[in-house]
Amino acid sequence: MTTPTAMPALLQASDLHFTISGRSLISGLHLDLEPGKVTTILGPNGAGTSTFLKLLCRQLKPTRGEVTFDGRPLGDWSLREMARRRAVLPQHSSVPFDFTSLEIVLLGRSPYGDGVRHLAMARKAMEWTECAHLADRVARTLSGGELQRVNLARILVQLNLGEDLEPSVLFLDEPVSSQDPAHQHGALQVSREMARRGVAVLVILHDLNLAAQYSDSILILKQGHLIAHGTPSEVLRPELIGSVFDVRATLGVNPITQGPAVFVEPTHDRFG
Amino acid sequence: MDLRTVMRRLRTPFLFLLGGVLGVVALVSLTQGAVDIPVADTLAILRAHLPGGGEATLGPEAAAHESVLWHLRLPRLLFGIIVGAALSVSGALMQGLFRNPLADPGLIGVSSGAALGAVTIIILGGHFFPGVSWLSDIRFLPAAAFVGAFLVTIAIQRIASSGGYTAVATLLLAGVAMNSIVGALIGLATFLATDVQLRTLSFWTLGSLGGATWETLGLALPFCIGLLIIAPFFASALNAMSLGEAEAEHLGFSVERTKRVLIVITAAGVGVCVAFTGMIGFIGLVVPHLIRLCIGPDHRWLIPGSALGGALLLVMADTTARTIVAPAEMPIGILTAAFGGPFFLFMLLSQRRRALWG
Repeated sequence: MTTPTAMPALLQASDLHFTISGRSLISGLHLDLEPGKVTTILGPNGAGTSTFLKLLCRQLKPTRGEVTFDGRPLGDWSLREMARRRAVLPQHSSVPFDFTSLEIVLLGRSPYGDGVRHLAMARKAMEWTECAHLADRVARTLSGGELQRVNLARILVQLNLGEDLEPSVLFLDEPVSSQDPAHQHGALQVSREMARRGVAVLVILHDLNLAAQYSDSILILKQGHLIAHGTPSEVLRPELIGSVFDVRATLGVNPITQGPAVFVEPTHDRFG
Repeated sequence: MDLRTVMRRLRTPFLFLLGGVLGVVALVSLTQGAVDIPVADTLAILRAHLPGGGEATLGPEAAAHESVLWHLRLPRLLFGIIVGAALSVSGALMQGLFRNPLADPGLIGVSSGAALGAVTIIILGGHFFPGVSWLSDIRFLPAAAFVGAFLVTIAIQRIASSGGYTAVATLLLAGVAMNSIVGALIGLATFLATDVQLRTLSFWTLGSLGGATWETLGLALPFCIGLLIIAPFFASALNAMSLGEAEAEHLGFSVERTKRVLIVITAAGVGVCVAFTGMIGFIGLVVPHLIRLCIGPDHRWLIPGSALGGALLLVMADTTARTIVAPAEMPIGILTAAFGGPFFLFMLLSQRRRALWG
């Protein structure tokens, strides 16, 4: 918002609405995703963040409004074309058969057909997401966090690790939900690196401070409405955070990044 | 390097090995039966029938065996090969489609639908329209089974799909319901049947390759070959679908198109198999599972592996069924169920243990 750029938006959503059985989950959302930027969506549980992401990646069809990618409506793209320029990390995943982690990562190369380059790229991606040591393990036996890192490696190779690529989009639905602190930062460093390589990154997070530390801009949703949109320091205001998340919020300074840091406590003691 | 990694490197040799074993077992199967035919005679007879084989010189004994071999055993062997391959590839496809190693064409009601189609024709033909000869025409039977399999599959898809997506749990439960409805209708047919029809009906429920002739082989072949040729084109899509339907779409595969094509070719293949051989259960469940254990779940190898393994298993089972109580023969469905049932329970138990371990 604050940094005007000549680069046109790669993915645009205008006036998106989504209603299911009379309940409005998303109302009138707008979004512009630019190459090279990390955009984060925050919102309390049930705010519609995952639904919003599904609308943006064509998994759900909006009741009203339109999403365009590189100037063309999503519906005009073939699935294969889209898969080479847009990758999605699901919030949950499971694998019913005994695929190894490496085989899962290699599935990320399926939009490109067979090729020898795939294996080296897969191993590199697994190093990026710190799961190279799990390559020969059966994915079904991994912990939730380990499987999440394997899947992250899979969508990185789907976008060629961000190399010689047409402008692309990476969607991450809670990529740090099952990760320990080191791997939370690891996953977000990877998304920053992808942004540095020119990819537009959209992340759903719940941790306000991780969002503050890694995002170029933040959207805050509540009950399907856009509440705020701007840089971390514009958006992370105590009264706004307090009302959206139903907490008492205090703003401080992150001693490491010198950026904003948010501290929250409950509005009242439910057991007092 | 562990055993799994080694076996996955050896996927292609493994397929050639399976093919080689199938060849040997097929040859042995031709020599075995109520009459034993020496291998040398078997080969001589086969060579005589090859184009360009001309009038090879067969000894008097070999000449006597020629009719048994050429008119009974060879079509039956080939039938066993294509039916075994078609059933187990159908199983592999359904398991990939439903993301569940327990899925099977029998499970979602395709086999039952085919049997119902065929049984309806047998009973209606004799009971209500005894004078209508075309009803008992052999070419009409697979058509009826095919229609039955199709209608059941489409009905189940209608029940289980909404908004362009198929809910797998609903699909499997709809299959359970469909199986019991079909069971009731087949029971009713049994109740109405004459003694002669009962014998034919028991053939459906038990399954047998005894009806194999060059004619039935010719009718079944196009469907089974079609299935075996089309299935590998969807191997990559099925691999991606193991991650989930949405994930497969994000990787560039049309899930709905994959489902539509695979359900149609499976219904066609299974329908034709059931029409001519009855209900041979568990092949589609057991074979893909064993192949996955050996060379992993990648459908690019699983599909050809299942085809070869299914053919091998059914030929071995049929040879056993023909010889174990010779000169009588045991319905092959009894054999496959006797081994397949406990195997299914074993798989259930290991899945439950897996679920407990998380």
